[in-house]
Amino acid sequence: MKKSISENSVFWAVRFITYSIVAIIGYIIFDIVIKGLPTINLEFITGFPRSSGSEGGILPAIVGTVYLVFGAILVSLPLGMASAIYLSEYAKQGRFTRMIRLAIVTLAGVPSIVFGLFGLGLFVIFLGFGASIISGSFTLAFMILPTIIVSSEEALQAVPKSNREGSLALGATEWQTIYKNVLPYALPGMFTGSILGVGRAAGETAPILLTVAAFFLPRLPSSIFDQVMALPYHLYILATQHPEAEKVLPLQYGTALVLLILVLIFNLAAIFLRSYFRKKYKW
Amino acid sequence: MVNFNDSKITVENLNFYYGKVQALFDINMKISEKKVTALIGPSGCGKSTFLRMFNRMNDIIDGTHHTGSVLIDNRDIYKDGIDIVALRKKVGMVFQKSNPFPKSVFDNAAYGPRIHGVKDKANLYEIVEKSLKDAAIWNEVKDRLDENAMGLSGGQQQRLCIARALAVEPEILLMDEPASALDPKSTARIEDLIGTLKQKYTIIIVTHNMQQASRVSDYTAFFYEGKLIEYDYTDKIFRNPEIKQTEDYITGRFG
Amino acid sequence: MSIAASASIIIVFLIFIFLLKEAIPFISNPGLNELFSSNWIPVSFQKEQFGIYPLISGSVLVTVIATVLLIPFGVIAAVYISEIALGFEKEILKPFIEILAGIPSVVIGFFGLVVLSPIIKGLFNLNTGLTALTGAVLLALMAIPTVITISEDAIRSVPKSYKEASLALGASRLQTIFRITVPAALPGIIAAIMLGMGRVIGETMVVLMVTGNAAKISWNPFDSVRTMTATIAAEMGEVAIGSTHYSALFWVGIILMIITFGLNIVAQKVLKKYQMR
Repeated sequence: MKKSISENSVFWAVRFITYSIVAIIGYIIFDIVIKGLPTINLEFITGFPRSSGSEGGILPAIVGTVYLVFGAILVSLPLGMASAIYLSEYAKQGRFTRMIRLAIVTLAGVPSIVFGLFGLGLFVIFLGFGASIISGSFTLAFMILPTIIVSSEEALQAVPKSNREGSLALGATEWQTIYKNVLPYALPGMFTGSILGVGRAAGETAPILLTVAAFFLPRLPSSIFDQVMALPYHLYILATQHPEAEKVLPLQYGTALVLLILVLIFNLAAIFLRSYFRKKYKW
Repeated sequence: MVNFNDSKITVENLNFYYGKVQALFDINMKISEKKVTALIGPSGCGKSTFLRMFNRMNDIIDGTHHTGSVLIDNRDIYKDGIDIVALRKKVGMVFQKSNPFPKSVFDNAAYGPRIHGVKDKANLYEIVEKSLKDAAIWNEVKDRLDENAMGLSGGQQQRLCIARALAVEPEILLMDEPASALDPKSTARIEDLIGTLKQKYTIIIVTHNMQQASRVSDYTAFFYEGKLIEYDYTDKIFRNPEIKQTEDYITGRFG
Repeated sequence: MSIAASASIIIVFLIFIFLLKEAIPFISNPGLNELFSSNWIPVSFQKEQFGIYPLISGSVLVTVIATVLLIPFGVIAAVYISEIALGFEKEILKPFIEILAGIPSVVIGFFGLVVLSPIIKGLFNLNTGLTALTGAVLLALMAIPTVITISEDAIRSVPKSYKEASLALGASRLQTIFRITVPAALPGIIAAIMLGMGRVIGETMVVLMVTGNAAKISWNPFDSVRTMTATIAAEMGEVAIGSTHYSALFWVGIILMIITFGLNIVAQKVLKKYQMR
């Protein structure tokens, strides 16, 4: 029995290490919630910043982030879903398919700051969009494209072969089959994966640093060629560039909490949706 | 039914459940030492579940429980405080699908001795050689002990798995349809091997191949829907079964 | 459809083209040699210098420390979740780890700045808590979900028959995990660690906020360092478009891209080979 005592202690050590990771995550969230909560009130959420962000609210940053995310969805969702449908339903094994897959893997690994450089070079300078919502949205869209493609393809692959064969055997065309008998079942999964990608876009700072974000801009944008403030960038500025960083600590925590809530909503929604659909569509 | 005084294993009033589903019903059975006992019956009759009771492999499936007792050498193996590791050392098992580890031939055979604390190289080599010889595979692999076991043929892999089990020096050997995935030639070699092994080991073999049961076993137990229907000398079971269901099954007139 | 699908290829090409386009002027003046030296002094009254060695050393130091932390914690947690945890624990642990993956890097960086760096400063009695170690701890935390998720997949796909055979030979659960399951899943685990490293080396905001941004070559975890990513983020806002400094920052981006590209390709190769088996 001596052996199983030492085995037990190893299991406890492993358990301890795992839960210490959980504890750290929990502590980060706890710290930001507890210290951020007192700052959050109606004025903070709906007000404009004053005296270069030392006082007032963060409405323009919230609105800016929402616009950027919305723009990124508009670009990346159709593109990503179409790519996934092609890869899952049409693509034959071959050089073109291999190249697409290689490109997706490569894109997924590109550091976010490099996306920022690229957005700066292409959208801001070459296409002359300047630092603007459209430049930022496109940059973010390209960044989350691989996430959307990969999860959409997984969702399509999960639809059983019999759905396709049954329809094709009845004389339906390939597109009819996909449209009527595959997509409806895959859509929930495709959206779930996309939400995760979008959540990531909402929290990213590095790409928008170079393509859109304004340091202090106490008004709302009027066109897609305007600069905007954004939550993650606003937090970065308050925490590191503000002359009285100590004094605005409550504002920093408040901003961090709002950003965290925004991103967690996306993530939790995706996680819940996924388990809901997994239970509902079991094949 | 048969009854021995020299029984190695005694099963008393055994019931077994997967969650709420009962898989074994009130089984009483004695198994003789250094003999081959075959468990036969249609798929799903509980014979494999029954086999896995003897080395407590059912323990690793969540939500299972049992009542009754299984005694090996007159000790209840399900009693609290039983060392499962020692039990599994004493009761070896060979699986239906050969499952060598993705390691070398040598490391496969040496796996058991190593985890039980044999470190000395020469000693280890001796054990490996002996068990490979006992499993009648030594001549085929002695020059390729360093090669990955995955490269062996299906029949060789299965004999390697037998050797791996023998290397732990068990007293009882459980075989769960050990030849069902093999070609006739490999099957014949395994059957010959079982004939030799019973001189040293108590063997319990699950099979759905009636000829195999009649060829290799001394005793045969027929299971149906989780119940032990008939248990007797193999000759008796196959020539002159007492119960109608047994006769129907072995003559192939079964559902 | 195939046009949409080729978007990924086009984007990858565009990234390379536009990085190069902005970087090329540097080749004629002051010349690529200028990059391979050990002083990064982009703003100076005497002579500007664009040696990227200190930036590379900064990235390498932070990545190495983070990986050293990442490997045991990530692999152990993956083993726990896939092999030891009870059913309901798994249901809780996995989404929790996924939530960590969703916390924005700037929030992690902020936490590091206001909570972790004072702790590190006090713990090791330093002048500043903004060190390579501080960044590495946070980066390891950020990359851990990647490592856990992919390692866990690899561990879970080890055939059940291996584990059963090992247990049937009288091996304990622990022996089975460390002698059979983990070795069999090793290629997947290695790929997971490499992908995690890719995340670490490419991460910007955390290092920008907590490593102190001193552009000097140092291998001391308690020194301030400046990584490649942080350099781009911190300096791009202040340079004149088209200047030498501007081009130099694009070179930093290209080198970064090549490193992460290499890591990813190797990791994918390992993963693919593993799945073939």
